Order: sequence, then C-alpha cells, then structure tokens
Amino acid sequence: MNDPLYCGVDVGASSTKLVLLDQSREVRGHSIRRSGVDYAATARACLDEAIGAAGAEAGQVRRTVSTGYGRRNVDFSDDTRTELHCHGVGCYHHFPSAITIVDIGCQDNKIIRLDESGRRVDFKMNRKCAAGTGAFLEEIALRLDVELEELERLASSTTEAVRLNSFCTVFASTEILSHLRRGEPLANLIRGAFASVVNRVAEMDRLDGEVVLTGGVVAHNPTTAEIFADKVDGEVKVPPDPQFSGALGAALTALAQEEKNA
Amino acid sequence: MSQEKSAIKKIRATGAMREVMAEYFAELDEAAKTGSEKIAWCTSVGPAELLRSFGFLVYFPENHGALLGATRMAADLIPAATAAGYSPEICSYLTSDVGSYLSKTTPLTRAFGMESVPKADVLVYNTNQCRDVQDWLGFYEREWGVPMLGIQTPRSVGDLSDAIVGGLIEQHKALIPHLEEISGRKFDIDRLREVMASSHRCTQLWREVLRLATHRPSPITFFDCTIHMGPAVVLRGEERAERYYEVLIAELEERIADGVGAVDDESLRFYWEGMPVWGKLRDHAEQFAGHRACVVASTYCNSWIFDALEYADPFEGMARAYTEIFIVRSEDFKQGYMESMVRDYAIDGIIFHDAKTCPNNSNNRYGLPLRLREQIGTPFVVIDGDLNDLRLYSEEQARTQFEALVEQLQEQPA
Ligand code: SF4
Repeated sequence: MNDPLYCGVDVGASSTKLVLLDQSREVRGHSIRRSGVDYAATARACLDEAIGAAGAEAGQVRRTVSTGYGRRNVDFSDDTRTELHCHGVGCYHHFPSAITIVDIGCQDNKIIRLDESGRRVDFKMNRKCAAGTGAFLEEIALRLDVELEELERLASSTTEAVRLNSFCTVFASTEILSHLRRGEPLANLIRGAFASVVNRVAEMDRLDGEVVLTGGVVAHNPTTAEIFADKVDGEVKVPPDPQFSGALGAALTALAQEEKNA
Repeated sequence: MSQEKSAIKKIRATGAMREVMAEYFAELDEAAKTGSEKIAWCTSVGPAELLRSFGFLVYFPENHGALLGATRMAADLIPAATAAGYSPEICSYLTSDVGSYLSKTTPLTRAFGMESVPKADVLVYNTNQCRDVQDWLGFYEREWGVPMLGIQTPRSVGDLSDAIVGGLIEQHKALIPHLEEISGRKFDIDRLREVMASSHRCTQLWREVLRLATHRPSPITFFDCTIHMGPAVVLRGEERAERYYEVLIAELEERIADGVGAVDDESLRFYWEGMPVWGKLRDHAEQFAGHRACVVASTYCNSWIFDALEYADPFEGMARAYTEIFIVRSEDFKQGYMESMVRDYAIDGIIFHDAKTCPNNSNNRYGLPLRLREQIGTPFVVIDGDLNDLRLYSEEQARTQFEALVEQLQEQPA
C-alpha cells in the first residue's frame, strides 16, 4: 500500500492534533499529544504515531497543511492556514450546509459562520481572556482538586446548575469555593461552571441557524453540548471527534490544494 | 499563506521629516531652558492656532504619548502612574506620560537629546476628544502651579448647530485675556488669520497625501502615515510643515508615476479604524505587507484635516474645525463617513482596533461594525489591544485575525 496521504496538523496552545487522510477523504490515522514547549517535535511525534496507526510509510504523505497557534512551527508543513479556516472546512465536511460553528478550545473560542457553499461569511474570536475557554475549566478542576476527567461525570449527574456571576476565572473559582462552604453540592457547581463557559461563548455573537459545536471542551465534556442546546433553544450538532475538526480541515485543505495543482 | 514578513519600503522624505521634528524640539528645549519664549501645552485638536498667534511655542503631550508607545517604554512607566493613583484603565497616553514624568525618563532624550519634556507656561485643552485630556493637563497644573485653560466641547454631535458653534466661539474668545496676560502680548487678529491660513494650507497638503492612497497600488500605507503626520500634528500653522508635505507629495507622485506601491504586488486594501498599536506599528506593517495587503485609509490620520480653518471669521473657523472631526461626532455621522471612505478608497475589509484605554477612539463598541456590514457588506475584524499598554494586547490573536480576514477575502474554502 503506497497510496498518497494528506496530513493536517493543528498545533493548539494545549494539545496538538494530527489527521491523515487518503484520496477518498477517509481518515486513515490520527493522533493527539500535549503540545508541550517544543511544537515542532510534538508535531513530528504525532505524525510518526499517525503513520504507524495507519500502517503507512512516511513517504506516502504527499502534502501537509498546519494550523493553530503553533502553525508556523511545524517544519514538515507545506502551507499554513488559520484555525478559522480549518475548523470551517472540517465541520463543513460533516455538515455541508449553512452552519454556525462554535469552537471552544483550551485558550480561545471562535464563532465561524459558513454559507450554503461552505464559504466563510464571518468569524469572531473571543477577547483575550480565558473566561469561557477550556482553561477556565482546567483552573476550576485544579482549585477544587478534581481530576479533569471527573468534571463530565459530575456535571452530567445533575440537572441543577449553580449560577456563577464572575467573568474572571480566578474570581469564579473563589465564588465556587464560597458556594461549597455554604453546602452546595459539588456536581451542581461543576454544571454551573459548564453553563458559565456556554454563556460566555453564546454572548460572543448572534447564534442563528444550524449550530455545530466543536473543540476540545465538548470532546471531553459532552454535557456542554446539552447545555448549549438549551441555551440556544434548538439542536446543536457535534461532529465525530470534535477535537480533530481543525486537523481534519487542514488535511482536507492539503488534499484540495493537491487536487487543484494536479 | 503568503510569507509573513516583508520589507517595509522606505520613504526618502523621512530624513527631511526628522530634521523638521528635531528643529521643533530643539526650539522647545532652548525655550524651556532659557525662558526665551513662552511654551504652551496643547491637546491635539486644541486651539494651537490661537496659541501660535500669541507667539507661544506649542508642545503636544499626545505626541509624547505616541513616542512612549512607539519606543515601548509605556509598559514600564504606566505602573508609576498607577501607583500615583491613576487607574490602568484610563487613557494610556496619560498614564505613560505621567509615569514618564514621575520616573524622570523620556524618549525625547534619546531621540532629540532633551533631558525632559519642556515645562509649560500655560496648559490648554479641548475636551472635543475626551475628558482625559483635562485630567492629564490637570496633573501638570498641580505639579507646576501653572495656569490651565480649556474649551469644553459637547460630544456625539450630529449637525453642528448654531448654538453649539456660538458657544464654542465664545469659549475661544474668553481665552484671549488670559493668553494676553501669560504671553505679555496683545491679541492680534491679523496674526491669527495668518497662522490659520498656514494651518489650512498644511491641512490641504496633508489631505492630498492621504488622497494619494486612493491610487492602486497605493504609494503609502496607514503605518507610514502615522509617522509622517508628525509635522501636521505639531507644526500646523508654521510654514515648514507645508514645505515638508510638498516634498513628501512629490515623492509619492513619483511612486505613482512609476507604478510603485508601498506594498509589493498589492492585492487587498484595508481600512484601519481606531488608534495604532504604537509599539507594534512595524510588526503590523510587515504582517500586512506579507499578505500583499495595504492598509490604505484610516479614521486616525484623517482626523488632522480641518477644512473649516478657512472661514472668514477665524473664531468661527476654529470652533467649527475642532468640532467637525470624527471623534466628536454621532454614530450616524461616523457610519456615513466610513461608508464614503470605504467607497472612495475601494476598501476590501476593515480592522477595528478596540483600544482598551481609549473608548473615544474605539468605534466598535456601539454596533457600528455590524451596521456598516449590513449597509455596505464590508467584512471586518475587531482586534483587542491598546494604543500604548501592550499588556492589553494579544499578539497571536491579532495576527490570526488579520490572517483569517485575508484568507476569507482571498479564497473559497477547500
Ligand atoms: S482621545 Fe483617547 S488616547 Fe487621546 S487623550 Fe483622549 S483618551 Fe487618550
């Protein structure tokens, strides 16, 4: 087997995601690692891992597009695209219609609007603050001494969400601690923290039409999608492997570029 | 994407501009040291013409603010002002300038060999742009015990009514007895007319510089203009400012004749709304050039065009000229203004800079970007940043947003 493969790598502030596609747009391998401090080495390690998973050889990789915060650090990349572009392409692949994509990442959030044809109409990024991002949940888990993996279990175990008022991650943690002291169950507070993330994102822009939720936060915490659906009073779609939407979009871009040049 | 970094094309006239600016600061320094001439501090669109007619050398603290930003000294100096009770959320020109004074350090030392800013004999503001200018000069009023005078201009003005203009005329006239006393000279209306005529000619020339950017490719970028507006800001009303712009215009016309653009292979044209991020001017210029994008127009640089200075009555001229500018006007006026700029300069996209410490120059906050897009379809991004306080600016977010806007304009998704 030496059919050509197309690689997309999304170097986020927290984790690096990589997807290998074949010519028929099938995912042949993927991998994810903590980005760490050496983005180039992490991206390479992801590549080796995905090639191994695909049972392929390095020579099969025809073209690579990198995206994300560390997109310029990937030394085997042929081109770069922004996360806005790649998340758009990745989500449109699963939901080919006019959609509003909400990406909740570790350190930033994006809202991307696509028209029927998949053309980006506009986009928005969060203000430079961790409120409403994955980092907010990480901080809260840390302060409450709860494993990150536990958050989802706790949030989904209740329907009560305690309202958190503070915008600020640090103040919100303090607010949670004071609720705990008053005897509020931990699960209700974690669900409240999820709701706080959703509220911060929902206020970034008008969310009309079909909403697609993507990114690491929904991948690890599917309950955020449920809370989001309540918030927008409608259905919220989540693509398979939502954490890989950007990497998938980058790989699709690499393939499209190759097809265009052929 | 196209490459990120691209060389910035040097404008030859820059040398001449530096000389004009150096001469201006040398005169101020000399006057401050010897007392040979009186010095007036004036806000950017304050009554500089009136002050010059009394023979004052005019110093503009906002120019110093911009220098503190461009040299990236601001972030180190703002904490000194914060410690002295000035919130880091108010104008970062004010906080970096006050911090600079308290820390006894100024970029004027390195740039022009001056030990300090030139001490004022009188401080004169106009609140047309914001209230912060009054508080800013108020610091020096208390510090030095020198008189502070001011013009209070209403904000969010739609049409300039006779009542508004009349009130402002009276306020300008009321300054005269004070200025006579401080300067030791009688008011001379003919001298005022001369200064205003020169200032008006300077304005016309500066307008011409900016208009040349309607050419495709544009011979000049917004980032160049923020530097080359120096003489129009600090020397309007003096002939040397006029002479400088004649030199600059000749060079830009030469570029146009030779088909030379400020950005190689210009393919996209942007409008910059809001203040520059002074400490990132060069980075931004390189990023846009790297995308073959030219920022060809801005609200900021256009704010130094004062058509009304040619009014027959100099007081009405000042009242109107200082109030007609964008920053003083209503949202409807601003929208109409930007719509016509987008058309005239064939703009593909708009960058709104939300400067955290200057709400007055951040026009994204009351829905204008969306209204504009609904009206004329121009895509935009809003970058979070600040004029001087780089602690409020996120490099990567801004870079990604510029790049994403370029992508959106350049291509269809895969
Ligand atoms: S307009 Fe803005 S930047 Fe200028 S002095 Fe006022 S607050 Fe400061």
